[in-house]
Amino acid sequence: MTGSRLPAGGLIDRTKPISFTFEGRALTGYAGDSVASALLANDVRIVGRSFKRHRPRGLLSLGMEEPNAILNVGTGAHAAPNRFATELPLAQGLAVSPTRGWPSSRFDLGGVLDLWPTPLAAGFYYKTFIGPRLPGVRDAWNRLWEPLLRSLAGQGRAPEGVDPDAYDHAHIEVDVAVVGAGLAGLAAAEAALGRGARVALFERDIRPGGRALGRDGDPRIDDAAPLAWAEGAWARIADNPRATAKLRTTAFGLYDGRQLAVYELPVDGPYAGRIWHVRAKEIVIAAGALERPMTFPGNDRPGVMLASAVEAAIRRYGVRPGGQAVVFLNHGDGAGLRQALNAADIEIVAEVGPDETVTGTQGFGRLQSVDIAPLGPDGLPRMDARRRVPADLLATSGGWSPALALHLIQGGRQAWSEADGCFIAAGGGQDGVRLAGAANARFSAAAALADGHGSTAGGAPGPKTTGGDAAPSGQGLPLAPIAAERLKRQAFIDFQHDVTVADIGLAAREGFHAIEHAKRYTTAGMGTDQGRTAQLATAAALAAATGREIGDIGLSGLRPPVTPVPFGALGGWRRGALFAPVRQTPMHRRHEALGAVFEDVGDWKRARYYAAPGEAMAPAVARECRAVRTAVGALDVSTLGKIAVAGPDAAAFLNRVYTNRMDTLAVGACRYGVMLKDDGMVFDDGVVARLGPNRFHVTTTSGGAAAVLNWLEDWRQTEWPDLKVWLASVTEQWAGVAVAGPNAARTLAALAPELDLSDTAFPHLTWRDATAAGLSARIFRVSFSGERGYEINVPWRHGEALWDAVLAAGAIPYGTEAMHVLRAEKGFIVVGHETDGTVTPVDLGLSWLISAKKGDFIGKRALARPALTAPGRKQLVGLEPEDASVVLDEGAQIIATATPRPPEPMLGHVASSYWSSALNRGFALALVKDGRARHGERLFAWSLGVAHAVRVRDPVFYDPKGARLHA
Amino acid sequence: MQDRFSAGRILREALGGNAGWRPWRRNPEPKPRYDVIIVGGGGHGLATAYYLAKLHGIANVAVIEKGWIGGGNAGRNTTIVRSNYLWDESAAIYEHGLKLWEGLSADLNINVMFSQRGVLNLAHTLHDVREGMRRVNANQLNGVDAEWLDAPGVKAFCPLIDISADARWPVLGATLQRRGGTARHDAVVWGYARAADRLGVDIIENAEVTAILRDGQGRFDGVETTRGTIKARTGALVAAGHSSILAAMAGFRLPIESHPLQALVSEPLKRLLDCVVMSNQVHVYVSQSDKGELVMGAGIDAYTSYTQRGALHVIEDQMAAACALFPMFSRVRVMRTWAGIVDVCPDASPIIGATPVPGLYINCGWGTGGFKATPSSGWTLAHTIATGAPHPLNAPFALKRFETGALIDEHGAAAVAH
Repeated sequence: MTGSRLPAGGLIDRTKPISFTFEGRALTGYAGDSVASALLANDVRIVGRSFKRHRPRGLLSLGMEEPNAILNVGTGAHAAPNRFATELPLAQGLAVSPTRGWPSSRFDLGGVLDLWPTPLAAGFYYKTFIGPRLPGVRDAWNRLWEPLLRSLAGQGRAPEGVDPDAYDHAHIEVDVAVVGAGLAGLAAAEAALGRGARVALFERDIRPGGRALGRDGDPRIDDAAPLAWAEGAWARIADNPRATAKLRTTAFGLYDGRQLAVYELPVDGPYAGRIWHVRAKEIVIAAGALERPMTFPGNDRPGVMLASAVEAAIRRYGVRPGGQAVVFLNHGDGAGLRQALNAADIEIVAEVGPDETVTGTQGFGRLQSVDIAPLGPDGLPRMDARRRVPADLLATSGGWSPALALHLIQGGRQAWSEADGCFIAAGGGQDGVRLAGAANARFSAAAALADGHGSTAGGAPGPKTTGGDAAPSGQGLPLAPIAAERLKRQAFIDFQHDVTVADIGLAAREGFHAIEHAKRYTTAGMGTDQGRTAQLATAAALAAATGREIGDIGLSGLRPPVTPVPFGALGGWRRGALFAPVRQTPMHRRHEALGAVFEDVGDWKRARYYAAPGEAMAPAVARECRAVRTAVGALDVSTLGKIAVAGPDAAAFLNRVYTNRMDTLAVGACRYGVMLKDDGMVFDDGVVARLGPNRFHVTTTSGGAAAVLNWLEDWRQTEWPDLKVWLASVTEQWAGVAVAGPNAARTLAALAPELDLSDTAFPHLTWRDATAAGLSARIFRVSFSGERGYEINVPWRHGEALWDAVLAAGAIPYGTEAMHVLRAEKGFIVVGHETDGTVTPVDLGLSWLISAKKGDFIGKRALARPALTAPGRKQLVGLEPEDASVVLDEGAQIIATATPRPPEPMLGHVASSYWSSALNRGFALALVKDGRARHGERLFAWSLGVAHAVRVRDPVFYDPKGARLHA
Repeated sequence: MQDRFSAGRILREALGGNAGWRPWRRNPEPKPRYDVIIVGGGGHGLATAYYLAKLHGIANVAVIEKGWIGGGNAGRNTTIVRSNYLWDESAAIYEHGLKLWEGLSADLNINVMFSQRGVLNLAHTLHDVREGMRRVNANQLNGVDAEWLDAPGVKAFCPLIDISADARWPVLGATLQRRGGTARHDAVVWGYARAADRLGVDIIENAEVTAILRDGQGRFDGVETTRGTIKARTGALVAAGHSSILAAMAGFRLPIESHPLQALVSEPLKRLLDCVVMSNQVHVYVSQSDKGELVMGAGIDAYTSYTQRGALHVIEDQMAAACALFPMFSRVRVMRTWAGIVDVCPDASPIIGATPVPGLYINCGWGTGGFKATPSSGWTLAHTIATGAPHPLNAPFALKRFETGALIDEHGAAAVAH
């Protein structure tokens, strides 16, 4: 007999046939099928090949614990690798294929690895490919063995191209979140709703009911069949306005602060997946239990299935998974299984009794017969008394383990319960999180319902059960691996990774006694199935091999996610344009129209230069520089970070974060300042303007704005909470245009005719409120080019109008590259060019910025430490390449020779380097050891193998007296 | 007596049904007294013990581990090995380590799977280019292999990378260290443990240090553990994220903060990415393990913690970044995430050397990047313990530098700013 669809029954819709392909074969199933059940109905026995030995594998389960049926779904950008057949609802046109097996899963050449697996036992790769080698020479491991292993390994194929699906993130806050809509979860949710709570209920399956979906013999609940009760309860909950109930939704993580992470696969709508961040006062984990396979030789042959899967095939999917069955349970809870087998007309050819075991199975690619032997007084099978029975199905159960994953990953503990024959929760989780039902080792329907209901105490009485099995008759202990030593190699513990009892034995012999070591050495439990069917068997085998109790060995730790979640779903909507959204100034369109080439500065796009049609970068930058030096230029400075500082202690606060005094700043004036980290190194710089006695306007670098505000808030909130001062980012309140050049005043005068621009009325480093171009403006007289300059700030929305007016008044637009050339000609630093977190203001020649007269400021103590005052520090200098046509590489290292011999002592590096049209030569700013004492010295700037002779000089190349500020 | 590993030995043992393999190491009871106690059975602690025994003849050593060896950061990192650091001090110690890595499998007689498939650091902004060039030049002048690749060169070396100019963060170039790569972290831990054990070192597991003993003069005198008192006149704390707890037991404070740092692996995929790709701007570092899993590190969790649990949003940030750099990863699924506790110094460089307690040394502060340093960290600390003075390689990494200000700032240029 073979697997086939039963004539009737099951929770499938036989009026809706669905076509799909498996490895290219056209097959048909029904609505309500999973891919796994449809494969079973089509008698597809080999659903994949194992990872290491390429053994043919069939369905072990029909649930989330499945280790074998791992499929590639779809192709190209729609491909999805490594999906579990048991978790995939059947859909029209679905094309699936096994992830391993070449040319096919039925005839896999990789199967040669299974001919003599003994040398490939656990950890074999640690013991070979070791050969000695010469330094710098790639050895056989790197050249040969590893590339070979890499090509053989892997499972699914990665998709190609951009994911066509979109994913959503959402948040929900409830009183009670319930994980699992089995009997316990439904009872818990109803009880919570009954006492007025807001409830969220999440079920992984496409239907509610849990065990009721694929099982017979449970009691009636509130006088209804269990499944009917479950569906009724689900409907009541879903209809309740205080409840959110979702199917196809898996809780995959539980984080501190009772944050439950849930992944929903919406049936329709724009999103392929949605992650819910759930915050709940109380969390009920009613995730059920997982059946454990028995460990015996040949237990991986297709046709060996978990008893619950056999039952679910028949009851839920109307599939007849075989014709002749052997039943091998280590407990007495087999009534439902037998009823199901009878109902499907499957002959039970043998039941393996408590004094017997299975010693082997036969059949190529599908089960044909089973060997059963009695156990001798020594606990080992008596091979001489073995019998062979024909069978194409072996239903096995080694008892059940509560699904503790969510409990464990939040820090919960577990302990072995001899009474329950499983590990159970043993405290240690967060307050307000509890387990219920089978997850709490309440395995009978009645106990699970009571536990679920009671776990949200108070309110109406819970569901009443009548008839049926009151309790599971014997939650069996996991059978120690009892097969003969010679056969142990074929007794599988981890099906996906081909870990056998022999591998665990080997690990134990080699001293890997800790469960975590044995796991890592053998890779048991490290597969995509998260070792659900392997965990307990690993511990049992290790216990047997080392003569310890399973409770002393424990289980290996679990880590989130409970089930795999796509990268894209975790990323959510932060993709494409919404990943690190581009920030644009209000003048952005104008820059584009002017032919701007942009550069990334933080999240901003800044115009680097404006290329006229056919104009290259170098001439464009030279043209822009000339405009500023000889006429007037306009630079969009809207991206500058701006922070409003206000409060009675605002001046005191700024005094502590800048090296210079800010309390002496007069209202109406502004001052350049640098702030240091507590290690004394320059962190950021900018201009501080005093708007009033208790109000300041602080500018930061464009890229550093957020970091500076965080830094200031850190000090304000945690170190100086006594200061009455408040901070707010106003970066995007003010758009700004810097107008610079000898004609700057004339340009500004055209825009603001009422403003007195004389040096006495509006001197350098002051600010004035004015009307400019008809806009309410705040104008700072500052300069970053060395020329007379004004920064006109207007409300953000007027930025474009201001820009238009400035250009209409004759200013030539210039970009950040020209800005850099101009400021470097003046020896002005830029944070991130001339600083790298290791540069003090003294190193930069800014000692004059350090006030000796005020109290403490951040970094003051550090500046006095010996290493910061010792000779040999790198100091800011100018460099002139001897060949004036050379523009040095930024990042070139400064050395004393043109022909370095590594390790060559490095004296410093080139921080900024440009062509100067004003100087008609290349020039650079650099940090060089004892640089201020080296003016005039000849050194070499070395980059990617090329050395250029340079002359060290003062960093101010242009207008050292500053006369042009007043031109 | 240990087995000697080789391909021939594997075949011989296989013929005997693998019944003849012997334990990799002993499981000794702690002795009352040792010459040296090393607290922390991670890679660094075990390497320290190994080099003490091998190079300095000090084998009467106990490595004391509160759980199982390699269960801390040694088993929680992304296994990247490289030496392309900017500063001379860092380049020297990491390059020394890289040379040790290159001979480690043969030295320890175990395949640590040191795989030199190359490490790419992508440059996405002009600032990245500047800093990348600076680092490449410094590396080359220090004798560390380093190359600068332009965007087409990046594509040629790693075809998976999108170098189109309209990307959110276009790839402008990259630094490449061909000798960099990854190694198998478990093999490193077990290999050092096995080799140290062979030389006589006692590795004591499940022994948590509860107190640090000092004699009347204040000198280190041993430790109290959950497996009893163990005495020694010399000790070393090599406990990464929990260093500050041990330092407090010994009566001094450390300038480190302990944060969770999360990492993750995907489900195994067919071979598609051979090199290590790192991007500071997008914040991705990724490699593909030999088994096929994509291995990725996330950003550091901002809150200080000892819990070895991180927050979900950090993983979400990481996945958004990964998909931004590699859109084809979007439908790949995360199989496992985990957190280690990293000990971060203010200058992002380690501390290897003396403590204020005579006879007690410390090795900590490796922050997010300690795995690659495992060999050289152990090598230099062993030298320091054996000779009582630091080796020139670790002298700059003294705890004292936080008093003198001679920091070795490896944050790189933190601020991109105009």
